[in-house]
Amino acid sequence: MSCWETIADYALRSQGIGERLLPRSDFTLCQQFVLIGSGMIWNIYFGIFALVSGFFLATAVAVGKAAQNPLYRKPAEWFIFIFRGSPLFIQFFFAYFVFLSLKQFSPFFDAFTSAWLGALIVLFLNTAAYSGEIFYGALQSIPKGDTEAADAYGLSGWSRFKRVIWPTMLRLAWPAYTNEAIFLFHATTLVFFSGFPATQQRGDALYYANYFADKTFNPFIPYPILAFYFILLTLAVIGIFGLVNNRLNRHLPQDRRKALKLKPQIIR
Amino acid sequence: MFGYCEDPATLDGLVWLSCYLTTGKHMSIYWAVGTVLLLLAITAPAALAFGFAGASAARSTLAPLRWIGKTYIAVVRGIPDIAFFLFFVIALDQAFEYVRHKIKCPDWQEPIRQGNDFVVCSAAKLPLGNAPQWVHETYGFFLAVLTFAIVFGAFAANVLFGAMRAVPKGQLETAEAYGMNRRQTFWRVLVPQMWVYALPGLSNLWMVLIKATPLLFLLGVEDIVYWARELGGAKQPQFTDYPHPDWRMWYFLALLVFYLAFTKVSEVVLDRIMAKLTHGQATAAGERQRKAAA
Repeated sequence: MSCWETIADYALRSQGIGERLLPRSDFTLCQQFVLIGSGMIWNIYFGIFALVSGFFLATAVAVGKAAQNPLYRKPAEWFIFIFRGSPLFIQFFFAYFVFLSLKQFSPFFDAFTSAWLGALIVLFLNTAAYSGEIFYGALQSIPKGDTEAADAYGLSGWSRFKRVIWPTMLRLAWPAYTNEAIFLFHATTLVFFSGFPATQQRGDALYYANYFADKTFNPFIPYPILAFYFILLTLAVIGIFGLVNNRLNRHLPQDRRKALKLKPQIIR
Repeated sequence: MFGYCEDPATLDGLVWLSCYLTTGKHMSIYWAVGTVLLLLAITAPAALAFGFAGASAARSTLAPLRWIGKTYIAVVRGIPDIAFFLFFVIALDQAFEYVRHKIKCPDWQEPIRQGNDFVVCSAAKLPLGNAPQWVHETYGFFLAVLTFAIVFGAFAANVLFGAMRAVPKGQLETAEAYGMNRRQTFWRVLVPQMWVYALPGLSNLWMVLIKATPLLFLLGVEDIVYWARELGGAKQPQFTDYPHPDWRMWYFLALLVFYLAFTKVSEVVLDRIMAKLTHGQATAAGERQRKAAA
């Protein structure tokens, strides 16, 4: 079987399209590359949707935590504390079993017990909490002069937030937020190891890498392939976030503009 | 455990619960909490040692050593840590067995990798085939600890490398001016001063380490996640004195609360340490402390 045939059979295997049976013996390098790559679709799906939806909630949570009124502040603080203070792995398990119990009461929750929705919700809430804390930190360090200038221009309320505070917050938070995005993509590999079943062996990249490692008892091929894909993904994330960073900093004088410098010492 | 637990069917409410939560199997989950704490107690210093070695290597003047250190740091950033866990547990096991195989059975002719099998002579097996159960469990735990130490060592190396660079240049130049050589500068000036810069990163790392402990489950150790799934599952009356429906949700809620409490306590303690360490330091936080006191 040539590699093109393998690609045709397995490139969309993680979505249930193509060959039904996974290869069982005589694994070729091509099969491992294609299947693990096919699994990456899930990682990218979870990562992008959680990131985009989490971004909005994170902004709300950050503003809530910075609010004077305890009615807004307390829920935001608790939300951040609960999702940042406990392991994502346990959150997945807990959410899965909660959805499983809810399913008994109403068929409405059927979809929630499958990974595409249930795990996405957990990742969404989780990344919203982590990014919310990052944005909150940025809100706290917005230069006083910026808000004073906004006041001087007669901006207030929503327009002050939209035109001055929010862009500045994003600009300050962006390096840390890039880090969060990278680690969120890494966290997506946990999904199929934490309760959520991979129906018909439609799993993510790590699921297939683990499959090959179990079958061949040789971890030295599938995991480096997985590593290769994730390094590519990480570089892509850094590239895209770097472009956004340039745009966020475009109004600053050339010498004060900072290239996206990651602070890897702060991990999730 | 208690005297009144002899016939659970007649009990109800809190009394039943007190009996239920002290059955022999539940003792296993409490022991598993001990396993987690033990893992943390061993891994934290081990990872710090790996990290220190990695950071020192990345600063080395010897190019190959520097490359090794930098690669060690860089690799974990691009790749999910779970992949490392799954990888190292098999890879380390095979590496140990391979080395023992080379030493113990030098005249073995057949290849080690036969198709999909990894075959070493029986004297090189780890643990030996006839070893008691606890040896198997301890070996599994040892592999898990080593894996954690390697992965988190890379994170720690990252933090320490940053901290070493954060120590003001003037301090090192002063040391040179006093006639210290590189080694003396490193041990007497750089290392004592870097901790205050490293602590925010290290406390972050400690939190991450706590939150990574449930991954022990993936490494095949019977940890709290394993027992929560085991004990929480629905139990039929014919197999147990304490039948109950699927309670896994509540077990994981308990784990969630346990971890929240654990990270909260850690946070409070680490804040105290940080306050102690910044006292009198020439950093922004130290300056704030001085002003607040005055």
